[in-house]
Amino acid sequence: MVSGGDDRCARIARVLAEVPDPEIPVLSVVDLGIVRDVGPARVTITPTYSGCPATHAIEAAIRQALDAAGFEGVAIETVLSPPWTTDWISADGRAKLSAYGIAPPTMAACAPCPRCNSSDTEEVSRFGSTPCKALWRCRACLEPFDRFKCH
Amino acid sequence: MDDPIFTYALRIGDDALVLGQRVSEWCGTAPTLEVDLSLANVALDLIGQATLFLGLAGEIEGAGRDADRLAFFRDVDAFQNALMVEQPNGDFARTIARQFLFSTYQEGFYGALSHSAEPRLAAIAAKAVKEVRYHAALAGDWIVRLGDGTDESRQRMIEALDWHWRFVDELFAMDAGERALLEKSIAVDRAALRPAFDAAVGAILAAGDLPAPRYPQRPVMGGRRGHHSEHLGHLLATLQHIPRSYPDARW
Repeated sequence: MVSGGDDRCARIARVLAEVPDPEIPVLSVVDLGIVRDVGPARVTITPTYSGCPATHAIEAAIRQALDAAGFEGVAIETVLSPPWTTDWISADGRAKLSAYGIAPPTMAACAPCPRCNSSDTEEVSRFGSTPCKALWRCRACLEPFDRFKCH
Repeated sequence: MDDPIFTYALRIGDDALVLGQRVSEWCGTAPTLEVDLSLANVALDLIGQATLFLGLAGEIEGAGRDADRLAFFRDVDAFQNALMVEQPNGDFARTIARQFLFSTYQEGFYGALSHSAEPRLAAIAAKAVKEVRYHAALAGDWIVRLGDGTDESRQRMIEALDWHWRFVDELFAMDAGERALLEKSIAVDRAALRPAFDAAVGAILAAGDLPAPRYPQRPVMGGRRGHHSEHLGHLLATLQHIPRSYPDARW
């Protein structure tokens, strides 16, 4: 993901790794796979969903973090292609999601409960609190939970 | 004379914008909280797609109009959406019937558009197709549930599908402008999408034990030429009221 390979890019990448997603603050924009490329003069990002209201907030947060770290001259470019996919959520990001109480995206028909790990769970609603999540319920511990949709 | 790609992007954007506005009318009034969330999210996806397609249209036009300008400051006869998307929501069955028919069409359309020779159209479509696939599945689930539910829900579902069926042919019709773009591999061959649409619709209707929709009358068309039902003007009044009353307002 870091192109150019020099120290400057690595420093920019470290700044980005500290920028939280506004809806799921345990994840950074890097964990989420939003950051597609880091160059010495340009950071390339991609939106998750076409209509995700967090898109503008994310760009503003990245701008603020870059400016604060002295990278005022680094441009932010938004690209649509290739389209964002949950496959780009890092292994680290998946572990953080699970610890936060959100079942990470998998192709499996059933999501294990992030609280008690039971597989006796069911989908309540295909859409949840944000475009990227579905609402599930655990029949063992009776707690509702969010599941990150495979996308 | 407008650039044909401008017109094309505008049409696709208008379809998404008008349906997104319609579906958002359910926000806060849907039958259950889960349905409310679902429809609000569907509307949000559609408005997002509209922003991208109208933004591209404005970029191609090069006259300084961005997505907001195109959405809020055009009059009803300048909209080129298909007539199905501007129809009132009706009852829940009618909303779901429209969503199912339109999302199923849109899934095929965006899928084909993602191979367009115009890379900016292809990029938006490749992103959007993943979203509408989910909409089609959601609406399909409800078609089956209502069709296979009570006598009341089944009867309403049959009436809803019959009611919307007159607007289906327009989704697959092409004018000379689109045919010229098709020759350049920019536009989608809409007619070629019809067999897959009919098969997908037929499969869900069969699963819900629902009869094939009947034509109550001949197909209705004209949206692509700006000839709309009276409903679109009322929808635009709601959509455009604030920016028209307070131009360039910021918050």
